[in-house]
Amino acid sequence: MTNLLLGRKPARNSTLSGKGPAVSEVRLMKGNEALAEAAIRAGCQAYFGYPITPQSEILEYLTEVARERGMIVLQAESEIASINMVYGAAGAGARVMTSSSSPGISLMQEGLSYIACAELPCLVVNVNRGGPGLGTIQPSQGDYFQSVKGGGHGDYRLIVLAPSSVQEMADFVYDAFDLADTYRNPVLILADGALGQMMEKVEFRAYNPADHTPPKPWATTGKPKHRERNVITSLHIEPEKMEQINLRLQEKYRRIQEKEIRYETVYADDADYLVVAYGLVARIAHRAVELAREEGLKVGLLRPITLFPYPAPQLRKLAQRIKGILVAEMNAGQMVEDVRLSVECRVPVEFYGRMGGVIPAPEEILTALKQKVVGHVAQQAEAL
Amino acid sequence: MTADTLDLETAVEGMECVYERPETLTDMRFHYCPGCGHSTAHHVLMEVVDELGIQENTIGVAPVGCSVFAYQYMNIDIQEAAHGRAAAVATAVKRVLPDKYVFSYQGDGDLAAIGTAETIHAANRGENFLVVFINNAIYGMTGGQMAPTTLLGMKTSTSPAGRTVETEGFPLKIADIVAMLPGTYYVTRQSVHSPTAVRQLKKVLTKSFQYQKEKKGLCFVEVVSSCPSGWKMTPLQANKWMVENMFPLYPPGDLKAPK
Repeated sequence: MTNLLLGRKPARNSTLSGKGPAVSEVRLMKGNEALAEAAIRAGCQAYFGYPITPQSEILEYLTEVARERGMIVLQAESEIASINMVYGAAGAGARVMTSSSSPGISLMQEGLSYIACAELPCLVVNVNRGGPGLGTIQPSQGDYFQSVKGGGHGDYRLIVLAPSSVQEMADFVYDAFDLADTYRNPVLILADGALGQMMEKVEFRAYNPADHTPPKPWATTGKPKHRERNVITSLHIEPEKMEQINLRLQEKYRRIQEKEIRYETVYADDADYLVVAYGLVARIAHRAVELAREEGLKVGLLRPITLFPYPAPQLRKLAQRIKGILVAEMNAGQMVEDVRLSVECRVPVEFYGRMGGVIPAPEEILTALKQKVVGHVAQQAEAL
Repeated sequence: MTADTLDLETAVEGMECVYERPETLTDMRFHYCPGCGHSTAHHVLMEVVDELGIQENTIGVAPVGCSVFAYQYMNIDIQEAAHGRAAAVATAVKRVLPDKYVFSYQGDGDLAAIGTAETIHAANRGENFLVVFINNAIYGMTGGQMAPTTLLGMKTSTSPAGRTVETEGFPLKIADIVAMLPGTYYVTRQSVHSPTAVRQLKKVLTKSFQYQKEKKGLCFVEVVSSCPSGWKMTPLQANKWMVENMFPLYPPGDLKAPK
């Protein structure tokens, strides 16, 4: 049985302590609110954040709804403080998160590097807005490089999940916390301003945090007589030791690449051409693919769900039998580089993007596909 | 005394042990320069934790600076914070573990320059932890650069002709600022240059942990300290210079104490 609820009315059956079954429930919510509600249901114990459009609803929702249910919710003095509070709370063993939008996420990069090196599990949410600079508050995918290539200093990776609906804004929160705990690694949910602000129906799955909370014997909870002290640090001054830490991290990232790739394909089985897009643009591209099919073009869609680890092996396999790829993004061409690396020049890879907070229409993507990929491939065939 | 008789075991042979190494200190030898206040401050702080019997319930937050390796010496659960962020880290640790004792340990560059915002806001929120602030008026770890607390006229590697108001501005009296904030309960300035001062610091730290237990708000203990290497002096000269030059601007004593 499910109940349809509107807005911020607290879910009756969600708990922080994990006691009692959390039954599924359907509500109509903004993406930001759905994400915040899911965080409560996922047993998030602490949230530290700073207001920035277009994600402030997460902080507001948690302040209003979660605090009375026992979650630590603190509006920090800056995003720098927020991410370092996340460090402290994660180090003390709490399931913890922060959220922000592009400029604020930039401020968090140093802290994220420390968290990655100290191997602290946490969730960071970026509701991506248009940049560079102060930019705009409208949706963008301009933070792809920052999200998947490191962002901060040193060799580290975040696990990056890219939702494309309000439903996934909620669903990926549970997954993100579980992945963070499994790998002791920060997980980033990379959304955008549209996903954060738009309202859709969302169903909250049954999830009992108590079943998903592993022991954290490494946490700084106070040193009992019988155990060695726990130290949370990213400082290893001897080069040989620091190299060992790096090797261990790289080994972990390889395991993540082997086990955690998530993606979705639509009409890919018989496709001659492929559109690759993630997040909000994947939904728009889905419509473009349908329009292409109506015109008799055999076009499919591959949508990476994890941006790190990237579905490179899947793309490489598809590239063996398709004729060309169009990558559509709300940026100047960032993920397209990973697509090119994945297919290793087996097929032409073209790009279509809008920037600065402009959302592409399905027709634009279809036109780009026809002009840049289908037309180009036909020309090449003619030339031969 | 010749070089061959400087061995510690030989030097103390047959003498009664008055001051034992507390369990809260590891066996690691301090890397600090001779005369540096950090080792004394570490020792006193850990002695207090040991004497209060709160080792199991104490979580420290270490800074970036000379005391970046504090966690190697303090035998407690401890987190190494990013430069300047100890107050943010300690805020979260204390909020997650409200019944534990939490302290941050920071130098002047860490606390009063790059970490000013975190320091002021944690104090203003009345976060219930102890801040131990070592003020030696210089960046020691990076090789003697000017700190926010560097005195006017004081020569450092980045104020080689001496600090001037015109180019570098005034020394920052951060304890005075923190004392003005309603969130702080106890703000005091101490030192570690004499046995009396060490004993006084011990009292002050003990009191601060007691206030933390009573959830009174932030306690801020500044320790005016010397940096013989950075100041290019012998330890004795440094202590004398500190008393004559640092104390007039940073006078020891309570800045804010409960009545």
